[in-house]
Amino acid sequence: MDAIILQILNGLDKGSAYALIALGLTLIFGTLGVVNFAHGALFMIGAFCAVTLNKILTLSHTVIDPTKTDFLGNPAKIQVPYVYDIFGESAGASIIDWSVPLAIFFAIPVMIAIGFIMERGLIKHFYKRPHADQILVTFGLAIVLQEVIKYYYGANPIPTPAPAAFKGSFDFGAMLGFDPNVIIYPYWRLVYFCFAALIIGAVFAFLQFTTFGMVVRAGMADRETVGLLGIDIDKRFTIMFGLAAAVAGLAGVMYGPINAPNYHMGMDFLVLSFVVVVVGGMGSLPGAVAAGFLLGILESFASMREVIAFIPGINQVIIYLVAIIILLTRPRGLMGRKGVMED
Amino acid sequence: MGILEVKGVNKRFGGLQALGDVNLSVKENSVHAIIGPNGAGKSTLLNCLVGKLIPDTGSVMFNGQSVLGRKPYEINQMGISRVFQTPEIFGDLTVRENMMIPIFAKRDGAFRMHAIKDMLKEREIVDAADHMLEEMNMADKHGMHASSMSRGDKRRLEIGMCLAQEPKLLLLDEPTAGMARADTNNTIDLLKQISDERDITIAIIEHDMHVVFSLANRITVLAQGTPLVEDDPENIKGNPKVREAYLGETA
Amino acid sequence: MFGLNKQDTTLLIVVAILALFAPFILNPFPEGSAMAQFNAGYPDLMQRFVIFGIFAIGFNILFGLTGYLSFGHAAFLGVGSYAAIWMMKLLTMNVIPAIIISVIVAGLISFLVGWISLRRSGIYFSILTLAFAMMMYQLAYSDLFGQLFGGVLTGGETGLQPKVSDPRILDAALAEGATPKAHLFGLEMGASHKMNVGAWSFTFNAGYYIAAAAMLAAFYLSIRIFRSPFGMMLRSVKSNQHRLNYTGLNPKPYTLAAFVISGMYAGLAGGLLVAMDTQVGAERMFWTASGEVVIMTILGGAGTLIGPVLGSGLLKYMENILSKINKSVLESWFSFMPDGLSDFFIAITNLFVGKQWHITTGVIFMLVIIFVPGGLVELGKRIGARFSRKKEPNNTDGSAKAEPAE
Repeated sequence: MDAIILQILNGLDKGSAYALIALGLTLIFGTLGVVNFAHGALFMIGAFCAVTLNKILTLSHTVIDPTKTDFLGNPAKIQVPYVYDIFGESAGASIIDWSVPLAIFFAIPVMIAIGFIMERGLIKHFYKRPHADQILVTFGLAIVLQEVIKYYYGANPIPTPAPAAFKGSFDFGAMLGFDPNVIIYPYWRLVYFCFAALIIGAVFAFLQFTTFGMVVRAGMADRETVGLLGIDIDKRFTIMFGLAAAVAGLAGVMYGPINAPNYHMGMDFLVLSFVVVVVGGMGSLPGAVAAGFLLGILESFASMREVIAFIPGINQVIIYLVAIIILLTRPRGLMGRKGVMED
Repeated sequence: MGILEVKGVNKRFGGLQALGDVNLSVKENSVHAIIGPNGAGKSTLLNCLVGKLIPDTGSVMFNGQSVLGRKPYEINQMGISRVFQTPEIFGDLTVRENMMIPIFAKRDGAFRMHAIKDMLKEREIVDAADHMLEEMNMADKHGMHASSMSRGDKRRLEIGMCLAQEPKLLLLDEPTAGMARADTNNTIDLLKQISDERDITIAIIEHDMHVVFSLANRITVLAQGTPLVEDDPENIKGNPKVREAYLGETA
Repeated sequence: MFGLNKQDTTLLIVVAILALFAPFILNPFPEGSAMAQFNAGYPDLMQRFVIFGIFAIGFNILFGLTGYLSFGHAAFLGVGSYAAIWMMKLLTMNVIPAIIISVIVAGLISFLVGWISLRRSGIYFSILTLAFAMMMYQLAYSDLFGQLFGGVLTGGETGLQPKVSDPRILDAALAEGATPKAHLFGLEMGASHKMNVGAWSFTFNAGYYIAAAAMLAAFYLSIRIFRSPFGMMLRSVKSNQHRLNYTGLNPKPYTLAAFVISGMYAGLAGGLLVAMDTQVGAERMFWTASGEVVIMTILGGAGTLIGPVLGSGLLKYMENILSKINKSVLESWFSFMPDGLSDFFIAITNLFVGKQWHITTGVIFMLVIIFVPGGLVELGKRIGARFSRKKEPNNTDGSAKAEPAE
């Protein structure tokens, strides 16, 4: 029992990332009818927003500290971040410590802007083109974005630590009444899951309870009818694209402390997120979220030592295997509707 | 016993009864029109005949064989060809290639691998295609991309492609929808000529009463998924029930 | 000639001549000159030109004709490579059995993958092939089957290469310390003849000519397929599956046949890669490698005969040449400018060369998709049409539409 809970918990963080990316992909599919291969790149850019903010905050200038000396006996030169000068040393230190959560506020405008530029500048021209062309052009864009990031940030993963308050782990098992030290769970993963759940909830609430959301949902169901009502659906769809970009970006920002961001993380997650979308059912938002968590947890179970001893390497292939089986037995995915992207 | 026998066909979509106990008998070599107001279930019925939909209950027999559960291409090979509301042709191919495909299908069946042979060296196929194009009065267009033709020509080509398979039954789904008067009259003449000269049965779904009464020698009126009446054109014209349900609305 | 019409025969002969004289054509600059870095007449680069040409020609039979976009074809190339290596380990270092087996095994695997994936179309098909390819990559990378049965199938991260200790039942045992070398009845793949003419140096490599012969055969076969009734059926699948179904034809066996043929082409390419360089690792199966063949095909012109050959050549040339240009080369180029200006230009161009050459490919690929979806072939036709229009003002059609079978 405790082992099962542990694996479910372990699957949650990856599942959260899958769910958030798949949610954005599905929004774009459903509203714009576009297959966006650059969506993983948006996730990656989000993560690099956190890296960038951290770099900005730790920008320093050199001062000579007369109280200390280096090993030659000269006065020591130390690097002082500018934020120390502005906010004082202790406040400045905690701002740097909290750079990942702070990056959320930095990432939202950046991601929305990138989303708008992408949609207006590129995707818009592909609404009427075949899906193959959409896949190809966004694939090209993904390559470019990824390589530009690689050029500026290098090929190595860049550690982005969580705030000190969330470092370390806690004994989740003991809280549930199991033996101590069986279910140890890092704080940040719990934070990530709660954060993801919050965003998913916000997106659904937005779609459910605002008129804007209502129109978008109607547009997802039947684009032509909504167009006939004289509603400027295109403008709303641009905003939807910005929103989807922001969701992917936020998923990336907070993922940094779990896995150090690297330039190819977008592509890695993209392939799996597509699988998630297809398993969940193309065009189904709840399907995307459910399948995201499901596959994340499944992957975590498959990487248990007992399972790997039995079938080595299964954790690497389980998602694909399940996706193929589901696609063949339930062609529309778990919650797919009839008539969505059938051809 | 007609060439096409539809008995007790029902089809539901969720809560909507699209077809309710449809019985229909199309006699060999007749031109049978199925008319009815929008939403009467005409297209649903047609889709049940060609294998796109499977009825919930009932039977569809063609030439004494059931078509139910067969794939569209299998039903086509039984001798039912279909003309669509918007012409469905191979837009990226030339007009002659368009015509060659049904002739290949007729000769070789659903699949045959001729991966090495030059298609232009299949003389019999090329000749048959050219012959059919001549009959359709489009021999001069054989090298054109099918997508670059006018809508009337596309319709002609599509009908020609269906005829090239020498079907026993030709199904037409509003063949003149969206056409100018002149094109409509051309199509009527073409269909008349086909029905006079060939050993073929035609079933046609149509909105345009001018087309229906120029062509049909038997008419079924469908309303709300059920056949209202089936009779000769003269009797249909005078039938008060039909006038009320259908003709009155459009007049 | 060869059962082709005049136009196709000319095309085949032109490609044959280009392949035959590639060592000259690709080495236009004298050795040691500043431009020598743009020479491409090295055996391994020329081999890659023709081998990836085969890969793209095969991919084009599927994507160009039927419109089914597979994102997993590198898997078949990888399967072909592994099969070839095993032949070299078990049977002989002669490349003939290795290449034959690589084609057969890739054909079988692609039949299986295609049979399942083709149950869906459109985006679902793309994602299914992607999922299959990634699964096969992971299987190869972690050598799951090898671990499962306590042996080695793919060699995991280290990959496979022929060793002296391998059984090789048809070959005489090698001396300890010798390296097994791939050969064709004794002619080693690495054997080269260097010819020096003045300042120029040309290399004629046995492996290249064998690969080029395979490419010509593959190209010839693709012309025959394009012109056959089968090819026409494949084009009709792309054009209107709906009508095909209502014309008594079943699209599935046609698309599956195209899938398997293109899988076998990929297997041939994989086998040849091993013949030229006797080692294999899982990375050549990664999905970005599948993306690369898509890029090649589209860059040249999907659905055209010559397009994939042009596309693969261009991409491999760019990869090789751009990646060689580094900052110091750029500095020498822009040295004639004033300092500030040259720094600016260096900073801009540096983004597109060296290790960043992928950016250039990505940008060019996007531009092609946006402006000339028919690739280089369409571009050539448009330019041609522009010139001919100047001569005949009454040609209002200006047809730039890519002929599906040129």
